[in-house]
Amino acid sequence: MVNITINNKKIQVPEGTTILNAAKQAGIDIPVLCYHPDLDIKANCRICVVEVEGARTLQTACSTRVWEGMAVRTNTPKVRQARKIIVELILAGHEMDCTYCKRNNRCDLQKIAADLGIRENPFRHVERDLERDTSGPSLERNPNKCIKCGRCIQMCGKVQGLSLLDYVGRSDEVEIKPAFGKYLTDIACVACGQCAVVCPVAAITEKEDIDRVWEAINDPDKVVIVQTAPAVRVALGEEFGFEPGKVVTGKMVAALRALGFDKVFDTDFTADLTIIEEGNELLQRLSNGGVLPMLTSCSPGWINFIEQYYPELLPHVSTCKSPQQMFGALAKGYYAAKIGKRPEDIFSVSIMPCTAKKYEAQRPEMSVDGKNPDVDVVLTTRELAKMLRQAGINFDALEEEEYDAPFGLSTGAAVIFGATGGVMEAALRTVYEVVTGKTLPSLDFKDVRGLEGIKEATVDLNGTPVKVAVAHTLANARKLMELIKSGKADYAFIEIMCCPGGCIGGGGQPYGTTNEVRKKRIAAIYEADRDLPIRKSHENPAIKKLYEEFLGEPLGEKSHHLLHTHYNDRKA
Amino acid sequence: MSNKVKKLLTARFGVVSPDSIEDYIKNGGYASLKKALGMDPEAIITEVKASGLRGRGGAGFPTGIKMESVRRATGSPKYVVCNADEGEPGNFKDRYLMEKDPHQLLEGMIISAFAAGADYGAIFVRGEYINSIKILDNAIKQARKAGFLGKNILGTGFDFEMDVYSGAGSYVCGEEFALLAALEGKPARSTFKPPFPTTEGLNGKPTQINNVETFANISHIIDMGGAAYAALGTEASTGTKLISLSGNINHPGLYEVTYDITLREIIEELGGGVPGGRAVKMVQLGGPSGPIIPPSLLDLKIDANEMRKYNLSIASGAIIVIDDRADALDILVRIMEFFHHESCGKCTSCREGLGQVLGLLDKFVDGTATEADLKLLRNLLDVMSQASLCGLGQAAPTAIKTILQYFGDELCGRIGAAKEVK
Repeated sequence: MVNITINNKKIQVPEGTTILNAAKQAGIDIPVLCYHPDLDIKANCRICVVEVEGARTLQTACSTRVWEGMAVRTNTPKVRQARKIIVELILAGHEMDCTYCKRNNRCDLQKIAADLGIRENPFRHVERDLERDTSGPSLERNPNKCIKCGRCIQMCGKVQGLSLLDYVGRSDEVEIKPAFGKYLTDIACVACGQCAVVCPVAAITEKEDIDRVWEAINDPDKVVIVQTAPAVRVALGEEFGFEPGKVVTGKMVAALRALGFDKVFDTDFTADLTIIEEGNELLQRLSNGGVLPMLTSCSPGWINFIEQYYPELLPHVSTCKSPQQMFGALAKGYYAAKIGKRPEDIFSVSIMPCTAKKYEAQRPEMSVDGKNPDVDVVLTTRELAKMLRQAGINFDALEEEEYDAPFGLSTGAAVIFGATGGVMEAALRTVYEVVTGKTLPSLDFKDVRGLEGIKEATVDLNGTPVKVAVAHTLANARKLMELIKSGKADYAFIEIMCCPGGCIGGGGQPYGTTNEVRKKRIAAIYEADRDLPIRKSHENPAIKKLYEEFLGEPLGEKSHHLLHTHYNDRKA
Repeated sequence: MSNKVKKLLTARFGVVSPDSIEDYIKNGGYASLKKALGMDPEAIITEVKASGLRGRGGAGFPTGIKMESVRRATGSPKYVVCNADEGEPGNFKDRYLMEKDPHQLLEGMIISAFAAGADYGAIFVRGEYINSIKILDNAIKQARKAGFLGKNILGTGFDFEMDVYSGAGSYVCGEEFALLAALEGKPARSTFKPPFPTTEGLNGKPTQINNVETFANISHIIDMGGAAYAALGTEASTGTKLISLSGNINHPGLYEVTYDITLREIIEELGGGVPGGRAVKMVQLGGPSGPIIPPSLLDLKIDANEMRKYNLSIASGAIIVIDDRADALDILVRIMEFFHHESCGKCTSCREGLGQVLGLLDKFVDGTATEADLKLLRNLLDVMSQASLCGLGQAAPTAIKTILQYFGDELCGRIGAAKEVK
């Protein structure tokens, strides 16, 4: 332990602690912009400067580690002036349309400026007038708002292993952008949106589709239905002041109904359906000498990755559509007829923790009638929260409500899709019982849970050991792909989730996502699983009924048509 | 006067051909290396510490302590890196050292590597110094052939290799962290410290990084012993100093002097004063990043203790003489345009600050500046020097700050000037 003084308060902290974390322990929040707890320290924004006794210059709290006897002052006139001028300098080069900005009231820079009491800017405003990139269906870049903190570079490079963004140029003309200034749609971007999650301002954001949903809700000729992904229910509460890790399923259902959706359904239902189809596909591949290991297909960022970076491995990918798209196909190819409507009368909205889902929904193959997308609009968790605020819905005061039938009933196996390892665990719960005919002694496959990058487990299926692996983040996915290419991957089944922590850490989740927050959301996911009466997909009575009434059998002709898809080699 | 001119590092200039290792050896070259390889590395460090040698790049850190830190650091391999990115306008001493006596630099680096426990050396030469690069490349080849580089140097079991690298001429490459980044093939942008290069330098490994002139001193320290070297200088500043003298001066050029010489002696006696008998208006020390001082301070000796009284140092040894025709504001605008162009753009205060400084200076130029602008300028300069990530942003305000200190009227007199014209 090291003894230090912060603003005359003596504290003890472990060796190697940064001033930033030591100050936190002393009850002092030092403002940060480039710092992010899960990324490398950059110390380039300079907002966290403090006075350290004996140092010639101000020191950055994020990068400076404490030493025995260190005396730190975080609130001197010199520090306040430096922070104020630094923020004023940033604001002078920042597009100042805060009231119109997507991140108004959700912006780190705005908050720091407010905290520092900045009332005017003495510096001349520097108009950048750089071209915005609105080319894609998922993400938009506005370089005029970029504060050059470099968080997105780190996220894309170190966590996702893609390195699509970097600094270009120097001095006050420096920009963060793709090589050669290309559009996001012209580079091998997977639309995961992790850059948007860590961006402290609105330099990279999801494409907003809220108005299209309002338009549909207000259209009397449309039946507007909505599905909610597993990971949304454990994160949406954060937007309304709940602690991370609060399960708000019932309030969310009530809120969606209050917004005017005609039917509120659950993506968890088609997650159960995915397990039935995908589990059977795995068994078929195992018994027929099919391509192994089989790779999961529910994460659209991951699909974008393998199509663009490892297309030669596409035969490994399960042909199952993602739960979102299975839902969309059933909505237009089954539910419409069931309620006496044409597919085009149904407007299908999905609430996703994800920005890549927006891309997935507009893929041309994701249309059962060949005219309209099966999922008309994808909203992120953040966009749903905005809609609720627009409608003046007091989330906290809502009474909990239940999903609508027939796509409202789901199991614990479905809800854990939201966490890394969840799809694998859900599949194992079903595959084990289908193959062995025995009831699982314990439903919890703990080896595949948690934030470790690559996890492994072996399951005994009637005397045959079946090895499986789970990876999250594309940097980890790449390791497994290289292993498969080298012929050394002795797994039968691999689950890959694009985003850190799985969908609970998706690119569309509330701002402020860190690994600490991810852990709490994951805990909430398993809590929701534990609390459900049915925890195995094959025991979902609504799924059984759907096969009896409509689909026939897993991997059957209707399934093939509605629930399975194909992939494209999109290598640049 | 003549006793304050001392040829140590420049002794072989014009005597040896830079292309000839034989010339160098004939004139005592590589004798220090032979001597050093027979010494205990710790004993070499002791001699360098005893010599009192301080880094000649500007910051003046004790070289022996740096060497010792690298030796003590855990991590392998270890490196010696020579900062030959002499990009600061007004500086040309390193170029002379590389082009007139390249083996002196090589010998100093090899001895340093032996002492610090390094097995690879890199010389990072300013991109525009094409001739220096050629001469060093040739010298390295010769040294390798002669057995002063490579495996088992002079049969002692010591292995050491080195190569020449260069950038594309970016000024910030002279900043040591930016230089190391450039050496690693990354864009030349600095990073926070600590850790320092002695523990985490090139490729994250312990690295002794020094200026050309610093390394050039090493063979002489080994040759004459640390104590004798220290006796050459003053108490605070030992050895000799190379001076790059330029500007409005009759005899611009390179001079090697001892630290008891005054700035006035350098300018008037060595440099022959200002052409046309004009008066010195101001002198800039070190280059654009250095202070601009009035003639009243020219009787200061260049010794560290004496200059420190005025918060000055001889730094890299550049002295730029500016005569009485110059306009301080004009000079400042040029200097700040230089830094604005050369900022790497990584940290906020430097990236956004320099453009704002120029904007404020513009107001002084056109006479629209107010007292509030002056206050803002002062505050901004303070924040830049206090909060910037690296030496570039920290030092960029020095010229304006010292002009405000010594020639305040030249700026303050412009406040409200536009109104008076009306």
